[in-house]
Order: sequence, then C-alpha cells, then structure tokens
Amino acid sequence: MSTPSEASRASVRETTEGPVYTVTGGDWDEIAAAAAKSDDERIIVNMGPQHPSTHGVLRLILEIDGETVTEARCGIGYLHTGIEKNLEFRTWTQGTTFVTRMDYLTPFFNETAYCLAVEKLLGITDDVPDRATAIRVMLMELNRLSSHLVCIATGGMELGATTIMIYGFRDRELILDIYELITGLRMNHAYIRPGGLAQDLPPGAVDQVRAFVKKMRKNMAEYDKLATGNPVFKARMEDVGYLDLAGCMATGATGPIVRSAGLPHDLRKAQPYCGYETYDFEVPTADTCDAYGRFLIRLEEMRQSLRIVEQCLDRLEPGPVMVADKKIAWPAQLALGPDGLGNSLDHIKKIMGTSMEALIHHFKLVTEGFRVPPGQAYAAVESPKGELGVHVVSDGGTRPYRVHFRDPSFTNLQAMAAMCEGGQVADVIVAVASIDPVMGGVDR
Amino acid sequence: MSEPTNPPNPDAPEEAVPAQRADTGEVIGTRHGMFGANNGGDTSGYGGLVRTVRLPGASTRPYGGPAGAGEGYGTFDEIADELEGALDEKGLVPENVIEKTVVDRGEITFHVQREYLPAVARTLRDDPALRFELCTGVSGVHYPGDKGRELHAVYHLRSITHNRLIRLEVTAPDADPHLPSIVEIYPTNDWHERETYDFFGLIFDGHPALTRIMMPDDWQGFPQRKDYPLGGIPVEYKGAQIPAPDQRRSYT
Repeated sequence: MSTPSEASRASVRETTEGPVYTVTGGDWDEIAAAAAKSDDERIIVNMGPQHPSTHGVLRLILEIDGETVTEARCGIGYLHTGIEKNLEFRTWTQGTTFVTRMDYLTPFFNETAYCLAVEKLLGITDDVPDRATAIRVMLMELNRLSSHLVCIATGGMELGATTIMIYGFRDRELILDIYELITGLRMNHAYIRPGGLAQDLPPGAVDQVRAFVKKMRKNMAEYDKLATGNPVFKARMEDVGYLDLAGCMATGATGPIVRSAGLPHDLRKAQPYCGYETYDFEVPTADTCDAYGRFLIRLEEMRQSLRIVEQCLDRLEPGPVMVADKKIAWPAQLALGPDGLGNSLDHIKKIMGTSMEALIHHFKLVTEGFRVPPGQAYAAVESPKGELGVHVVSDGGTRPYRVHFRDPSFTNLQAMAAMCEGGQVADVIVAVASIDPVMGGVDR
Repeated sequence: MSEPTNPPNPDAPEEAVPAQRADTGEVIGTRHGMFGANNGGDTSGYGGLVRTVRLPGASTRPYGGPAGAGEGYGTFDEIADELEGALDEKGLVPENVIEKTVVDRGEITFHVQREYLPAVARTLRDDPALRFELCTGVSGVHYPGDKGRELHAVYHLRSITHNRLIRLEVTAPDADPHLPSIVEIYPTNDWHERETYDFFGLIFDGHPALTRIMMPDDWQGFPQRKDYPLGGIPVEYKGAQIPAPDQRRSYT
C-alpha cells in the first residue's frame, strides 16, 4: 500500500469535549499516536451508523478504556419510515404491503402476525381455509431458514469468516427463488392477506420446495464442518455476549437469546397459532447464555424448520386459500405475469364484459375495503428473532385506527449494553451479531 | 365472545329495531356522512348519516377464558380474583384501582387508574399466582374524541409460568399527559416508553432518560397523534393530480 491519500487521513476537530477524530479506515496510526499523547485514557468511539459490522444503520456509542468497553449505548431511528402511521391511511388489506417491509428479512412473519390480528378482530380466525394456513406455516418456516442463514452468514463475515458468508447467501438464494416462484417477489411480498392468501401456489412450487428441502438437508452439514467445531470460531463466540435468564426476562429478550439461557419458551408451543400444535418439531435450547449457544440454536432451528416444511407439503390438500365471505375476500383473482403478480386478464374480462355486479363489487372492495368491528386485538408469532406482537385497534372503519408492532429486534437490542459492557471492543461485534437485529424492524 | 349486556330501550317500539351489539360500550367519537365529502355538498344521499363509534364496554362476571369464553368461571376469572386478592393484601381497594374489566375476542383488558399502574404491575409480576414475568412493551393510542382521557397506553403482559396473556390499559388527558413509568418493574419498557413518548407525547414520570428515540432530538410535535398530518405531496399520474394519502377522500 502506498501512503494514504489526503482525503483518507483522519481529520481533527477541536470541541469543548476534547478533540474529535473522523476515521475512515487506513489511518489508525494517527489515531493511535494522538491517543498515546493524550493524558485522558477515556475514549468515546462512535461506531456507525454506516459501518459494515453493525447490521444496517445502527449507531453504537462505546466508551472504551484501552480495549475494554466501559459503557455501550445504541443510537437507533435512522431507518424510521413511519410505517405504523402510514397504515392508518390505507385499507386493512393494503396494510400487508406496508408491514412486510418492516423487518425485511422476515416478511412472512410480519404479514402473518398482522393478518392474525385483523382476523381476530373480524372474528374469522376459524374460517381461514386449512390450505391457506398450511401454506402460511410453510412460508414462515422457509422464512425462518432464510433469516437464520443471513444471521449466520453476516455474523461469520463480521468475524472475518467470508466462506460461511458465501455459503449462507448461496443457500438463502435457493429460498428466495422459491419466494419468487410463489409470490412473484424475492422480498416485500404482501402475499398473506387478511382472510387467507393473495393466490394459490403456482404449478411446480411443491416440487421445488421438496427439492430444496432435500438439498438443504445435505448443505446443513457444511455449516457444522465449517463453524460448529472450528476452534477459531468457538474461541471468538464462546462466553461472548453473555446474558442469563434473569437478564433476558428483565430486558424482555425473546427468541434464540432466551433459549440460549435454557428456557424453552417458544410461542409455537406455548400459544400455538396457525395449527402449530399439530406439527411435530422440537424447541432447541442451550445453557451457555452466549453467542455460541445462540449459533447452535439457530442451526438446530433450521433443521427443525425443514421438518415442518416437509409436514406442510404432506398435508396440502386442494381447496380454497381465502375465506368464503365475499365481503372480506379481496378479489384474489391475480395472475403471475412476466412482470410479477397482477390482475388476472380473465377476471378483468369477466367483470368488464359480462357482470356489472361483479365489477361494482370488485370496485367497492378494492377502493373502500371492508369494515372491521371496533375493538382491539393482540396477535403474536414466534419470529426467528423472538416474539413478534401486533396490537391492532379498529374504530369500525375501513382503515386501521392504530397498528403497533412489538418487533423482537427492537426489544432485544436493548440487551446490547448488558452483553457488551466490561467486555472487549472486538466482542461487541459478536454480541450484536448474536442478537441478530434488523434495523428495518427496529425502527419501522 | 362476551355476553351482550344491552338493556332494552323503553322508547323503542317492540321489536321494531333489533338491539345493536354496538349500543353499549365506550363512545370514542361520531362519524358523519359516508364518503368523506366534507368540502361542498354531498349529493350521495348519505350526508346526513351519523354513526357513533363505540369500543367494547365493561364486561360482567363471569369473564370466562380465552378459548370459547361463553358462560362460566374461567381463566380470566382466576386472574381477576388473584389480582383483586393481591391488591387487597396491599391495602388497596380493587374497585378504586381497576376502573373496569373488558373481555372481548378472547382477550381480557384491565383498565387501571394511572396512579396505581406501578402497584398493579409490581403485583402482577411478583405474586406467585400471577407471575407475569414478561412485558411486551407499551403501545400508545390517541382517541381525540374520548374527552378527558384522550391518550391511552396499552401494555401486554405475558406469564410464562402460567402461560397467560393479559392487557392493561391506562389513560391520560391531553391536558396532562403524564403516566407513571414502569421501567423500574419491567426494564424492557425503557425503549418502549421512549418510543411512546416520541410518537404520542405521553410523559412517563420516573423514566431514567425519557428522550426521543426514533425522531430527531429537535423534532417538533408528536407524529402518531391523530391531529398530526401524515404529510406527503400530490403526484401527477396520467394527467390527473393524485392528492397526498392523508388528503384523499376516505370512507368514514
């Protein structure tokens, strides 16, 4: 490397709090020299919000003494897009288009949780067809795999293990191909709707999912070979990001974090929804309370998810995928065209050419939407990150009065300080990666 | 579903108008018209329509349980009994602490007087028969039509020990938007209370550092209140001006 250019040098700015350095990489010598000169050992490091190791636009404010982190704080809100406010200005069905963008790595969980809450308000929970529920479960479990794969892949990359990153994204790509086949999109699907699904599975979907499960079973062994027993990997992960059960309960941490503290709390078992009580699967736990335990739990949950996906495929019976009530069932006559999911031309021909009543009905339901009886409801699902809760309030109108998402990433990120303070700077990265926060969900 | 508790209307002619489920409950506002036309004449014929918006009202014993509810003593009665007993032991009068209890759609909501919220939360967390260890945060709701209690804070508490879920609801008027903080009891509510403060302007007294969390520190106003506009600009589409989402005509 040649000498760094003028632009990449650390710039210094004097403030009342002391000198402030802006570091862009490659200019550490100057910082080290300045720190050595300074008589104050205490340094405050501002990590992010644009940093490759902070899982999106997360800002970490670390007070360090040498290599030890004495205080750690999070700065969030950089990805706040006002989704909850926006929902109040759209119909109940349009809501799925918004919520799917919250935690963008778990779109099917957001959609399902929202739809379960709306269905509870409508009182149609038991009317949702079995086929729709089975497809919801299948998509959620595929989504658990793709979310955990990103967590393991990026977590590995942040440790410098780029191979596991390539493996994780390679396998996730297979799942995104399935999403694309079924919903027309790789992300932001809006496929799960209040009352059921936007459309049925396309031809060939079941075969592709089956082929994926077979392939993924084989690929799972590679993660064990690469990471599980790898001494370097273990040395970086073990006893890092420690949070015991009391700490989990106090900070409200759920998901793999609380299960790594030994508590087998999983809403799929505790408060089953979507018929999870009829599926055969285990809830893995660990008693290490650390990042390595969370990694092992995620790996095992991926295996369990593959089991559930297979059971879903076995119980798929032909049938409707939307409630029978035509006052709620949004005209789901959609077709998958070369440019994604859109109106079915056959349906348009029918409503425009032969049935005026169908046209009126279609127009009313799409522009006005359906009314939801006043009241409030809370629905929670076990997302890959923990308890994803949705609090929905209706005033009897065609739009939600208030929707609040209790995103697990938001709550779990509070545990960052408890996991990192007193540890080393390098371990902050591992601890944050083991929380697996997604800023789209944290900030909403 | 809870039993409808409609008193028969003495003025109504016998069987002329069936009793509406929505005739009871808490009034949170009224709606006029049908198609959101409020600037100019409404030629739809629905302009004179007046609709009262009511949330489900107080339920009477027995409360039943989450599954099926129906008549009879259920899980919700157990929780209510234990809570009332535990409050009694603390020297509090349950009738003063809990304004009303609503059972709706298989969920139970205790409406708590705001000054008693910390005592109730501590009892719910610590009493061995209750043990609501996990608080899933707080969600604010703004009802401008609910005079004197415009701001609601809604807490969902989960008991892992007993596998139960309940909801607490506390209100504060717009003129005095103060609620006691329960961060001391449930530290997880730290960020949740900051978020509710940020969006609704509810001030949680006793919170260790109540600052904005999502919006910039110097932001003016509280974005999720109903009187705060969504914003946005009109866009042109195929020659027509499409107004911003909160300016579009909507069904009332």
